[in-house]
Amino acid sequence: MSDRLNASPGLELQHLGRDGLDRRGLLKCMAWAGAGVLWTVTGGVPRSVGLADAYAGTMGGLSFVQISDTHIGFNKPANPHPDATMTQAVASIRALPTPPAFLIHTGDITHLSKPEQYDMAAEIIKGANSEVHYVPGEHDWLDGGDAFKARHGAGTKGDGWYSFDSQGVHFIALVNVVNFKAGSLTSLGADQIAWLKDDVSGLASSTPIVVFTHIPMWAVYPQWGWGTEDSGQALELLKRFGSVTVLNGHIHQVLQKVEGNVTFHTAMSTAYPQPAPGAAASPGPLKVPADKLGGYLGIREVTYVEGQSSLAILDKPLMA
Amino acid sequence: MTSLRRSGSLPVLRRLRRGSSLFVLGGALALLLVLGSLAHWNRTAAVAGETREVKIDNYSFSPGTLTVPVGTTVSWTNRDETVHTVVAQDAGHTFKSGGLDTDDKFSFTFDKPGTYVYICTVHPYMTGKIVVQ
Repeated sequence: MSDRLNASPGLELQHLGRDGLDRRGLLKCMAWAGAGVLWTVTGGVPRSVGLADAYAGTMGGLSFVQISDTHIGFNKPANPHPDATMTQAVASIRALPTPPAFLIHTGDITHLSKPEQYDMAAEIIKGANSEVHYVPGEHDWLDGGDAFKARHGAGTKGDGWYSFDSQGVHFIALVNVVNFKAGSLTSLGADQIAWLKDDVSGLASSTPIVVFTHIPMWAVYPQWGWGTEDSGQALELLKRFGSVTVLNGHIHQVLQKVEGNVTFHTAMSTAYPQPAPGAAASPGPLKVPADKLGGYLGIREVTYVEGQSSLAILDKPLMA
Repeated sequence: MTSLRRSGSLPVLRRLRRGSSLFVLGGALALLLVLGSLAHWNRTAAVAGETREVKIDNYSFSPGTLTVPVGTTVSWTNRDETVHTVVAQDAGHTFKSGGLDTDDKFSFTFDKPGTYVYICTVHPYMTGKIVVQ
């Protein structure tokens, strides 16, 4: 990680500092780094650190990995073999010095919601030897979510939302790929927001919150549908918490935003990149030279250390 | 084709001239009526039974609004590298494709007049309209 940081213009090592972290700088760093992120939650705010970095290991705490947009079944020139790149991503998870407590998959597991695509994704992710918490992407809902729910719906509410706790951090899995309406952004829907209100009602405001979902919870680029119409209602319910980290996929690139106590992080895909917001006529797959593709794909590692005020977040490309 | 068939029937009329002129007249009128109605039926069917194309290119439906007579089949073709869907926005989802991969087609025959707004559920800012008259 240090090598990568040093080699990269505009990156500052102070991003990896413990307290007094320059969050804006860190976010820039993340935007550049793109791929695998080690999320560490320290004292409530997730921070990312380099996967190759021993940071998380030496600090202890909870580490987990986000993997996203594996798109098994995609076969176009932008990446004819997303199964191979997903396998690479899983290998990079297995190679982490500190094994993650679990993985979160932020959707678009498959490209076409087909059972054989789910089967292949499951087979590949098995290689990480880790529990996986899923939320669906819109590509996993082309069949109305039947195949997704059959595999990952057990114990979830509504269209697949749920929450769980790990080492003092409250994780909330939201589904925002079901309520699509003409000409507008996707939404969580009233039922899910009512559930969320109930879910967090008993929590102390000092509880670190990690929300993960597929489509961004902020208006990244509404013209391309990169936002969630009623995300404001959900975030209002989380306002009283000292540390809220929102992780999502969908846009196949790393972008960050900080709003009060809430940090938003979009993640890389393991399948193919997409253009920066508005940088192309459409958000279609971005074709990059084959030998550069690994620089655009990756995973994210997150570490939380109790008593620290932020989570450490590291986006790790498959290929430096 | 229809006009060729009509002129082809004239020698038949000439052969019939030897018989009762009234019969010939009646026969010719009947024949013309039949041919005429057949031609009309053909013309109606040719239009109403037509297939009209909507292309999905660069995350948009083209044409965005298509006006067709009742009985027309509309066929959508996805020419993008990503998946799209075609889903009517009325309560019952009058038509609803599954995920359309590159070059996949979906078609629907419109038997009832009305205005049908549809979207791609994967990218709901992609909207289109079929007006059936």
